[in-house]
Amino acid sequence: MTDAALRLVSDAPTAEDELKAGSAEPAGGQAPPPEFGEVPKGWPDSGPAWLRDFLAMAVPAIVLPAVTFLLVLVAWSMVQASLVPELPTVQETWAKAVEVFSDPFYVYGPNDMGVAWQVMYSLARVLSGFALAVLVGLPVGFLIGTSRVFETAWMPLIQILRPVSPLAWLPIGLLLFKSVDPSAVFVIFITSIWPIILNTAVGVRAVPSDYTNVARVLNFNRSEMVRKIYIPATMPYILTGMQLSLGTAWMVIVAAEMLTGGIGIGFYIWDEWNNLSVPSIIVAIGIIGIVGIALEALMKLVQRRFDYGNA
Amino acid sequence: MDTQEHLRISKVGKIFKTSSGQYEALRDVDLSIDKGEFVSIIGHSGCGKSTLLNLVAGLEPISYGAISLDGQIIKGPGPDRAVVFQNHSLLPWLTVYENVRLAVDKVFAGTRTDGQRHDWVMANLELVNMEHAAHKRPAEISGGMKQRVGIARALSMEPKVLLMDEPFGALDALTRGHLQDSVMEIHARLGNTVIMITHDVDEAALLSDRIIMMSNGPAAGIGQISTVNVPRPRHRVELVEDPDYLSARAAVLRFLHEHRSEVAA
Repeated sequence: MTDAALRLVSDAPTAEDELKAGSAEPAGGQAPPPEFGEVPKGWPDSGPAWLRDFLAMAVPAIVLPAVTFLLVLVAWSMVQASLVPELPTVQETWAKAVEVFSDPFYVYGPNDMGVAWQVMYSLARVLSGFALAVLVGLPVGFLIGTSRVFETAWMPLIQILRPVSPLAWLPIGLLLFKSVDPSAVFVIFITSIWPIILNTAVGVRAVPSDYTNVARVLNFNRSEMVRKIYIPATMPYILTGMQLSLGTAWMVIVAAEMLTGGIGIGFYIWDEWNNLSVPSIIVAIGIIGIVGIALEALMKLVQRRFDYGNA
Repeated sequence: MDTQEHLRISKVGKIFKTSSGQYEALRDVDLSIDKGEFVSIIGHSGCGKSTLLNLVAGLEPISYGAISLDGQIIKGPGPDRAVVFQNHSLLPWLTVYENVRLAVDKVFAGTRTDGQRHDWVMANLELVNMEHAAHKRPAEISGGMKQRVGIARALSMEPKVLLMDEPFGALDALTRGHLQDSVMEIHARLGNTVIMITHDVDEAALLSDRIIMMSNGPAAGIGQISTVNVPRPRHRVELVEDPDYLSARAAVLRFLHEHRSEVAA
């Protein structure tokens, strides 16, 4: 996060400089100072208005968060200096970030790889567990949404299991698979499956009877009904479930990897703690946050594709 | 007019099972409709007019009695009785073209080629003047346009009977007028049998050959039938002084007024 913070702090003056330069330049020319609201000579017609609009939007969007980051850095430095000298300084952490990002892809052996590999191993576990959960969760969600019998039979079990921390399943995974990697994937599967099942079921139940009536007039069979009506109509709900799942899965994988060891961003943090390299941990926290944002942005992009608007 | 019984609703009743017991919505509804006839069903809210339409469409099971179309007993929904739904019911994830294409592909799957089906979709969109918006999503067009597409989708099935459930209820007066004219034009061209539910007296008198007035529920039935003896094509402006039109309109107004007190809104 320090990397991002410093970048944003250094960006802010540049943006302000542009604003100053924009308003100062025409006044410095030969022409008399322009009247209020008049477009100064020498500018393309839409130039200053466009630039001013852009800066009016960009400056607060960059300056306000930059101020927050700056305040946090200052608070961190003060806490470090006066209360917890064991905390690394901002400068130390920054140096560590530079070091980590200068060679993120190194491989010195199976237990010593660059941070990019750590992230990729974690992502691979999250995505496989997530994909399995989608494969199982969608049909189960459809069954619960369409069949009262199935709903009555399965909902109590799901309600009991849903509030359980997925990490509680880790020992069961180890017992079942006798290996840590599939166990971590299993934990992610358990994490992801509940929101997917429940959102799919809600989505199926929310399909307007108008849509199914259209299909009935056309004598759609069961398969056509599912493919052409239920799946597209439920898609926005399914994607909301998937977005929730993916976000939680990314949080859970860090904890799961701390327990399973091996390679992955979660174990990286644990390993650096054992090495007493706290700057690395802070850098890793920043990386986890940014990857989390990226995953969410990706899901939002898919969701926008399936946003049908208010018809 | 054709003497063969086209659409026959004989002694039909509908009883809903609700949590608080049974509710008798319709009792002994008996009606024959000729081929090519335009029939309106009018009545106060809750008189079961939508229920009657759903029975003809086959979307709701009949409790007793029977409905037959060209001698065939109706057992369920089918494209020979296409429905124009009250709120258009276009599928929002499909374009205007795809919404109509969905119906055409299903109904003419074995009988027409891909190219013929495409042309037929476009022909129906042209019929309702919507070919220009073929590739727009329902969310991108106005309410009146959506209803036009809903009509095109229903007509594209080449139904024997077109069922319209308050098709213009949600539209502003100007758009409604345009669509009424379009429907009259299409009816004149294609000669479909049409059953339309409405609660607009002027609309019923303008469009219909016969107006079926329904008594209030529970156990609603046909209260009165009024024939509109006005030659087609009809023009709304000329009708203002037509005595047949005025008498039909007056009959409906009187009926609705007499049955008003029963539904204290």
